[in-house]
Amino acid sequence: MKKSSLFIIAIIAVAAAIILSTTADASMYVGFGEARARAAEGNTTKVHVVGRLPRDAQKRPVGLEYDPLKDPNYFAFTLVDSTQIAQRVVYNNPKPQDFDASEQVVITGAMKGDVFMADQILLKCPSKYVKKDLEGATASVQ
Amino acid sequence: MNLLVGQIGHLSVIVAFAAALVAAYGYFQASQGRALGEEDASWRRLARGAFFVHGVAIFVVIGCLFNIIHAHRYEYYYAWSHSSNHLPVEYMISCFWEGQEGSFLLWIFWQVLLGFGIMKFNRRWEAPVMAVFSGVQLFLVSMILGVVLGGVKVGSSPFILLREFLTDLPVWKMNPDFVPKDGTGLNALLQNYWMVIHPPTLFLGFALTLVPFAFAIAALWKRELTAWVKPALPWTLVGGGVLGVGVVMGAYWAYETLNFGGYWNWDPVENAVYIPWLVLVASLHALVLWQKRRTGLRTAFALVVATFVLILYATFLTRSGVLGNASVHSFTDLGLSGQLFIYLAAFAVLAVALLISRWKEIPVSPKELTAYNPELWVFVGATVLCLGAFQVLFTTSIPVYNSFMGLIGIKTNVALPADQIAHYSKLQLWMGVGVALLSGVAQIMWWQRNNRETVINSLTAPTLLALLGTALVVLLVRYNGLTISAPYVVLTLAGLFGVLANFGMIFTLLRRGIRLSGGAVAHLGIALMLLGILASAGYSNIISRNVSGLLYSREFSEDLNRDNVLLWRNETTPMHGYQLTYTGQFFEVPGVPGYVDKQFLYRTDDEYKALARAPITVDGKTYYKTGDTVNILPENTYYRINYKDAKSGEQFALYPRAQVNDEMGGGEGGGLLASPAIKKFWGHDIYTHVSSVLDPRKEKPWSEATEHVLAVGDTIFLNDYFAVFRAIEPAHETAGLNLQKGDLALQADMIVTGEKRQYHAHPVFVVRNCMVGRVPDEVEDLGVRLTLNAIDPTAGKFTFGVSTTQKDYVILKAMEKPFINLLWSGTLLMALGFGLSVRQRGGKGVVAEETPETEATEEAGRRAVRPQPVS
Repeated sequence: MKKSSLFIIAIIAVAAAIILSTTADASMYVGFGEARARAAEGNTTKVHVVGRLPRDAQKRPVGLEYDPLKDPNYFAFTLVDSTQIAQRVVYNNPKPQDFDASEQVVITGAMKGDVFMADQILLKCPSKYVKKDLEGATASVQ
Repeated sequence: MNLLVGQIGHLSVIVAFAAALVAAYGYFQASQGRALGEEDASWRRLARGAFFVHGVAIFVVIGCLFNIIHAHRYEYYYAWSHSSNHLPVEYMISCFWEGQEGSFLLWIFWQVLLGFGIMKFNRRWEAPVMAVFSGVQLFLVSMILGVVLGGVKVGSSPFILLREFLTDLPVWKMNPDFVPKDGTGLNALLQNYWMVIHPPTLFLGFALTLVPFAFAIAALWKRELTAWVKPALPWTLVGGGVLGVGVVMGAYWAYETLNFGGYWNWDPVENAVYIPWLVLVASLHALVLWQKRRTGLRTAFALVVATFVLILYATFLTRSGVLGNASVHSFTDLGLSGQLFIYLAAFAVLAVALLISRWKEIPVSPKELTAYNPELWVFVGATVLCLGAFQVLFTTSIPVYNSFMGLIGIKTNVALPADQIAHYSKLQLWMGVGVALLSGVAQIMWWQRNNRETVINSLTAPTLLALLGTALVVLLVRYNGLTISAPYVVLTLAGLFGVLANFGMIFTLLRRGIRLSGGAVAHLGIALMLLGILASAGYSNIISRNVSGLLYSREFSEDLNRDNVLLWRNETTPMHGYQLTYTGQFFEVPGVPGYVDKQFLYRTDDEYKALARAPITVDGKTYYKTGDTVNILPENTYYRINYKDAKSGEQFALYPRAQVNDEMGGGEGGGLLASPAIKKFWGHDIYTHVSSVLDPRKEKPWSEATEHVLAVGDTIFLNDYFAVFRAIEPAHETAGLNLQKGDLALQADMIVTGEKRQYHAHPVFVVRNCMVGRVPDEVEDLGVRLTLNAIDPTAGKFTFGVSTTQKDYVILKAMEKPFINLLWSGTLLMALGFGLSVRQRGGKGVVAEETPETEATEEAGRRAVRPQPVS
């Protein structure tokens, strides 16, 4: 066999290893139902969950627990996923500054006992998109 | 309203588009069916003229857009959404490319300049190369064309009016000529000097990848399959250097400005530039292999084409909105993903088809390479770079697979790895090992005649030294109570070998009096960068652990990441070898060095102006006197953190920032973003940011005032602080009081003893026209507010109202980044190496490309006279 063929086979092998490793590391978007099922099976791999915060009549999120004076590294909240399953989530970091305003929350982590331990929170906030409001435009017309 | 400037601008975009079309067609006709260098002169003249018109039109477009931003013409959407009245001029330049349209314009601008460069330096290749250039310009200009053709929107014009964009606002019905008084401003995160120079550098790098691509396509088209390498090589070298420096600049900006705790987050936007850079560097090696040793031409073709296609793919990833949730900082979607996809697909398919059709004609080296040929190791190195690029590409594209499957109706739920940094690091580490080892081996072998003996001789010294150094590093790491994993040991060994081998090579070449090898310098820089990354990222150490001894009682008892500490204002907290004290909030005042304590400033109704309550003095120089109006930048609050080394007693202060940012985060008035402050030592950085603060925009909630009746000399406890009512005195002209003749104004002098020092509080009692006014005074450090409510002159009694508030605090995260300076200095060396190479190897090729192809024999001759091994 020619050396160049060997070389090509080696490259293909490495590329295949890369693909396999990525597939193994890739996470999934799941609901809390599946996250609980995974934990029950003893599967501790981390997943992504997309959800919304339950809000009261004044549009304020309910069930947020963060008291920096007690523990700055403990933030707990309830998240409702797309199948309407609500789940208590614990995040061992300070509460993200704009958490209350976020429309959608993506968390990564895994179930641990009764709670979902999140290690990352991604917020999707309304104002990240193209500006559509002109504040005070109606008020400042002469 | 000024509609003219926008009309001129938009017209110029259309002219630039038409001229690019004429230039592309003209150059095509000039070259089609003729051999290289025998172009049809009249077609070429037409095409040249058209490209010149195209260039001038682009300059006019840029001038118009800059005028719109600079003159605050908020009737235009671009100015309104990217600029504001308070923006300093230097950042108006960054506004220019904050939006998608402006950044396309920047890219187009560089390609115009490069096109002129090709016309001047590469005459022989002008027609076919410029045909490709003009074609690419045609596509890029179409992205900002902003016309509707047959119901399809083609491009997004930067000259769109606000009323054309926000058509639904009721204000247009009442007043169609309404112009907002202020813009919404440049994202405050981008108000940073790196954002002035980083995007132009990056886009110059993008534009430079077009040059080798255009040469390769021209070569395939004209069947001049070998001669293109020489003129293309210097441009590729410049591209590799510029793009590499651009990537690191972006990393440095992120390190200084964002708060994810490092310089590289493997965000898809970062990866989108990193991938083509790796392939560009690989293609550069293939070009050098052909130029110097007559091998690897097919690889060179394939990689040059791949680099350009990857640049297009990067553009598609970051600008089409396909990344969606996966990235924090991609551009907003302008609804142009279809157009971008056509652009990407057209160039990829055409280029690959042309390459395949000529593949068999591309000459290959007749000899089989052996392990004693340095060419083999360069080739393996380029392969390692490509595999590394492939790895990042494969993972970064996960959101694209989801979109694609969604498009054909299959719902998938694959997500990016949950721990992206761990995922990329564990795989990219091995690319680093390969690059460091191969760069050392190939660099040494490149400059000598190789056989078993010389190779062993020349590799022994760096290998032994690297082994010794690695052993020392492992011992030192262990000695410091840290662990080092096997992959880290291997990377240390490879990195040290890369440093030693390349450094030895530089030294040997200098001693032989040949010249300073740009390649060796660049490789030395890369090896240093790898060591710097290993140390600063692998051993980044969070020092803000909870060391108070208190255990928070929670449902989890195990040791979790408790990476943030709470610091009360003016209370000292021990932390990993330091005594930390948070000592107050500061503002940036233009013209005054450093930061100014908020307690010295009395805020006014204009949020950009404040009154000085005390003289503002820095190093003996007084910048503002009491009562002066001070310009402030209200969106940034700086939290002064005093670090005192517990052992040496040395002190320094850091000012991490919280920024009110309208663009990021949500809610009214935008979010609050933290940016770090970094203290640089030669061996490490201390990196600190606030994780949570009391929102500086919100009114503090004060407690119900309690009344205290006191006589002069009485003492009292205020919010647990001891205080003495020292005196009552006539009020001075205090800031914001505006005393007039006939007013009676008295102030109390209350001395409050805080943790660190004493404070004078001066609540004021004013009688004006038989009306009583009270001006409270606040001791911000202590969270106390005093009002002088009533005066009983006969009894000598004074009634004070005392309210208290939540004491100020910050929650802080701090990290130590060991040897991060290796990364930055390695980058400088790499850039220097690229520069040297351009000057030595390529420089003359740009101007004097007519020289006949003799360098192969020349090279062989030169090699023969320097057979001495490295000792």
